[in-house]
Amino acid sequence: MKKPSLGLLALTVVLGGIVQAAPPLGLPPVPIPADNPQTPAKVALGEKLFHDKRFSSTGEIACANCHEAAKAFTDSPKQVSTGVQGLTGTRNAPTVVNAAYMESMFWDGREPDLEHQSLQPFVNPVEGGLADHGPILEIVRSDPDYVAAFEEVFGKTGEAITMEEVSKAIASFERTIVAGNSPFDRWHFGDDEAAMSEQQKRGFDIFMTKGRCVSCHTIEQTHALFTDSEFHNVGVGINQIQDEVPPLAQAFLKAKAEGANVDKSVLTDPKVSELGRFAVTDDLSTVGAIKTPTLRNVAETAPYMHDGSLETLRDVVVHYNLGGKSEESQRVNPYLSGGIRPLDLSEQEIDDLVAFMEALTSPEYAKP
Amino acid sequence: MTHSTSRRNFLKGAGTLTAGSLLPMSLIELAFADISENFTFAYISDSHIQHIKGREFVRNWDQGLKRAVAETNLLNPKPDFVLYGGDIAQLGTKPEIDHGLELLSPLRYKVYYALGEHDYYLDLGEYWEREIGPQYYSFDHKGVHFVVLNSILTYEDWIKKWPTAEERMAVMAGLDNPKGSPFMVGEAQREWLRKDLEKVNPYRPIVVLSHSPLQKLFRNWNFWTEDAEEIRQILHRFHKVTVIYGHVHQIQYNQIGNTSFHAAMATAWPWPYPSSYAQAQNYMPKLTVPMNRADPFFERDATGWQLINIHSGNVDMHYTLYDNTNRVVAFNERSGRPLDLAYQASANQIPPQKHF
Repeated sequence: MKKPSLGLLALTVVLGGIVQAAPPLGLPPVPIPADNPQTPAKVALGEKLFHDKRFSSTGEIACANCHEAAKAFTDSPKQVSTGVQGLTGTRNAPTVVNAAYMESMFWDGREPDLEHQSLQPFVNPVEGGLADHGPILEIVRSDPDYVAAFEEVFGKTGEAITMEEVSKAIASFERTIVAGNSPFDRWHFGDDEAAMSEQQKRGFDIFMTKGRCVSCHTIEQTHALFTDSEFHNVGVGINQIQDEVPPLAQAFLKAKAEGANVDKSVLTDPKVSELGRFAVTDDLSTVGAIKTPTLRNVAETAPYMHDGSLETLRDVVVHYNLGGKSEESQRVNPYLSGGIRPLDLSEQEIDDLVAFMEALTSPEYAKP
Repeated sequence: MTHSTSRRNFLKGAGTLTAGSLLPMSLIELAFADISENFTFAYISDSHIQHIKGREFVRNWDQGLKRAVAETNLLNPKPDFVLYGGDIAQLGTKPEIDHGLELLSPLRYKVYYALGEHDYYLDLGEYWEREIGPQYYSFDHKGVHFVVLNSILTYEDWIKKWPTAEERMAVMAGLDNPKGSPFMVGEAQREWLRKDLEKVNPYRPIVVLSHSPLQKLFRNWNFWTEDAEEIRQILHRFHKVTVIYGHVHQIQYNQIGNTSFHAAMATAWPWPYPSSYAQAQNYMPKLTVPMNRADPFFERDATGWQLINIHSGNVDMHYTLYDNTNRVVAFNERSGRPLDLAYQASANQIPPQKHF
């Protein structure tokens, strides 16, 4: 079942009207929305926007502050991200690497795609801190570099430039940030027996069987995204506020019905944050459910989980081994996903699993 | 179906105007009658709380009941009450019944209990009765007459033939144990039922809560009530009868004459379950009949609880299926029987059983 041959990977494919490099080993082709085709000029514009600190109330915060290339596009080792004036949110910055494949954005999936995701942090009080998108539009409509770039990419100037164009360019840039070709990929899809250590191979075996990891961190025949793009309550954060869920849920729904912004609520109220997917769906079977993150490059992005509450990969495995709690004394919340149960892993097996996850680092993000 | 649209819109509007509904809209069904007469109740069943030793109970079953209780407490609008369909315990012991009642105690609603065979065959219901109340009874709620039956009795000879109570309990706890004995309501209780219903107007909707199906579906597994026909005779003169039962751990529905039958999911495990379900020691009851079913990764798969909406005296069952698409089985006025709102393609239907 090892595939495909390296010869195939050298090919390029035509996608969305432009020539695109074939995806790296272990990844499928990047899905490109029909209404936002990739062009080199658009990608370059997106990269510039991604790094522009002027798009914040203090002129200090760009997307790249929390999604830094040198840190696998996270802000590791921060537990939660820091926005304007040192304000902190409630969630750990997820990597942009391979976000191009995600079926929803943010830990609770509150935005459907990259085009909608990037609009939120600019105007979140604990991130970019802007009251609205006005200041961004002022800059991109007047800054000569942007004026030229928007005209070239979208054929638009002045008032015709809106946040739609801004976010499309950022999304196009983000779709180029894909990374596979990890030791695991070279071993599993590339037939290179020497690419992973014996311990990592044992860890893979546990990943597929006793560890039950693969049920959510999926591996397909020809590629591996290590996520099912679903939402699961795994007992992180929600365990600590479980007894407060009924009043919290009621109060949140009431506020939402009265017009409260979900993006602001979940990033500024730690308890509301722990309601997880419920804050988006209002569906009581999704209380505390959080999106499955990819595991690619995970060794480079500590700390872990949506709230950054677990410091090491070993802590994460121990959490799952205990059946959805980080300490023996903790009480598992009643809304826990049925997929989470004590695993009975030995210390050796836990170490093996951690070693396996260290084999998921792409060369461009590996620490020297 | 025009009523359904306006009702749905009304509820949607009401939801946004007030506190916001915690009930997914898919769970709310239309009503044709006076809206003030509609009500909902939740149904939790078959938790099979199992004692291991000391203070240790099977985690999986505990977790299923805890989740049902926690989610039922989130319902908004609130259900009027909760019915518990039996089998709190696995082997009828005091620790199991105590622990089960403790897990049910956070429920913020009145709970009406029915007795299951797993609660009964150790001490013939003595401890259950002491902790919970009478084994069969009736009550009225907003114009509906509810009857709760102990439908898991059996022949006296069988009950007396076992050297120990534990052995009797163990045999009855086996789903496909050929040494078991068919369930029944029994003559004394049927006589009580006859008397109880004497004063009830035939146009008043009747809802019967029982543990076994009050049908004859599959004798080997006791998906069966021996005196189903006699009970039907007693209920015959009523215009709308609904029987809601547990025991079968799966979604079933049927219509025989004037009576709609609805089964509830268990909070513990679904029937059938796979023989491949074995990793770490999991306390899944050993089944000798092989099942054609894939290993459910999610141990809550095909378990859950149900919200029941009563309108015009008929019920709609709303099944919350974890990690899956929820299902609604609702009484269909045109065909005069319960139908799954999603799965009605005639090619997919198994012809319903018309006999007992």
